[in-house]
Amino acid sequence: MENYISLFVKAVFIENLALSFFLGMCTFIAVSKKISTAMGLGIAVMVVQAITVPANNIVYHALLKEDALSWMGITGVDLSFLALLSCIGMIAALVQILEMILDKFFPALYHALGIFLPLITVNCAILGGSLFMIERDYNLGESVTYGVGSGLGWALAITVMAGVREKLKYSDIPAGLQGLGITFITAGLMSLGFMAFSGIQL
Amino acid sequence: MSSEIFNDETKKVLVEPLVTNNPITLQVLGICSALAVTSQMSTSLIMALALTLVTAFSSAAISAIRNHIPSSIRIIVQMTIIASLVIVVDQCLKAFAYDVSKQLSVFVGLIITNCIVMGRAEAYAMKNPPLESFMDGIGNGAGYSLILIIVAFFRETLGSGKLLGIEVFKLTKDGGWYDPNGLMLLPPSAFFIIGLIIWGVRQWKPKQQETVEFKIMSIAHGEGGHH
Repeated sequence: MENYISLFVKAVFIENLALSFFLGMCTFIAVSKKISTAMGLGIAVMVVQAITVPANNIVYHALLKEDALSWMGITGVDLSFLALLSCIGMIAALVQILEMILDKFFPALYHALGIFLPLITVNCAILGGSLFMIERDYNLGESVTYGVGSGLGWALAITVMAGVREKLKYSDIPAGLQGLGITFITAGLMSLGFMAFSGIQL
Repeated sequence: MSSEIFNDETKKVLVEPLVTNNPITLQVLGICSALAVTSQMSTSLIMALALTLVTAFSSAAISAIRNHIPSSIRIIVQMTIIASLVIVVDQCLKAFAYDVSKQLSVFVGLIITNCIVMGRAEAYAMKNPPLESFMDGIGNGAGYSLILIIVAFFRETLGSGKLLGIEVFKLTKDGGWYDPNGLMLLPPSAFFIIGLIIWGVRQWKPKQQETVEFKIMSIAHGEGGHH
């Protein structure tokens, strides 16, 4: 249990996907102008991340890993080079399914998240989460924890960023730095703040 | 021969992404990896090369079959082409440059979701013939590489006094004069450097500046600024 808690805290704060691995930066910068939209996207990312990381974990361990096909009587096959293709295929398919389910059963939520869902397929934070899961060899329980934690960390980061940017638009910024430039500097400062967590040993 | 490959269109798509329409500083594409791999020059060079090749070949391939892709499943088709190319790159790196491939860790795989590749496929390759799309891929890859190399140059020289592993500044701990700036090796410095590059480029090309939503009003009675 302790192992899971420390993994969760690590995924949310210390190894924050957005601010210490720079994943999902494009959407992080593009969609962080308003708190409400940022939060919507953050929640969508969290949900998708919590589903796709464990799903990819199951596929990887059941089909792709070295000798994983031994339950079918096939040994000595290593399909791990297909991990990239299967991960992205899985993500695209799950996002599509999630979109259909939400449309059918939770129309209100679908309209709130609607435009962001297709965007999530190409969000590197999602693919990055699955690839980190493979690289670090998490088991199923750990990958659920990691999926939820890293998604929450990303959501937290983009919401905070949107909060800063909502105030930032009232400040007097040099013309060339306006918009994208100052957003980068702000993200840098936030990332510096998040580095304070890195001293924590769990 | 050369006049056929380098016509006006291909020249335009090759040169424009370098400064006037840079994928990172103007189109806001592909930032993730630009920040993450730039603490060393060698990883940045490999990453830049890998991304340029993937963008160029995926654009060409997608453009070649663009009239046969039904628009409802085009994202999946593009993803599959891009992912296959990335697997080739990934396997090549593992075979010939294992150390670098370990250092780049997941970021080679993340070329799949790099917005530059998808963005160019969607914005250019779906509407233009293969040769132009190939050149567009090279051009945008080069624009990306340019930023990556500038950032890596500052981060590696200032952060560890080396460039490509060769000593440039002699460090104080080896009896030299340069005290390395540890911040440069940490993630935030990449944000700062790209932010400053954007500032520089936009100061140079004012057309790229963004419009301001709110302006600070100057106060009529002399002492502007205080209020």
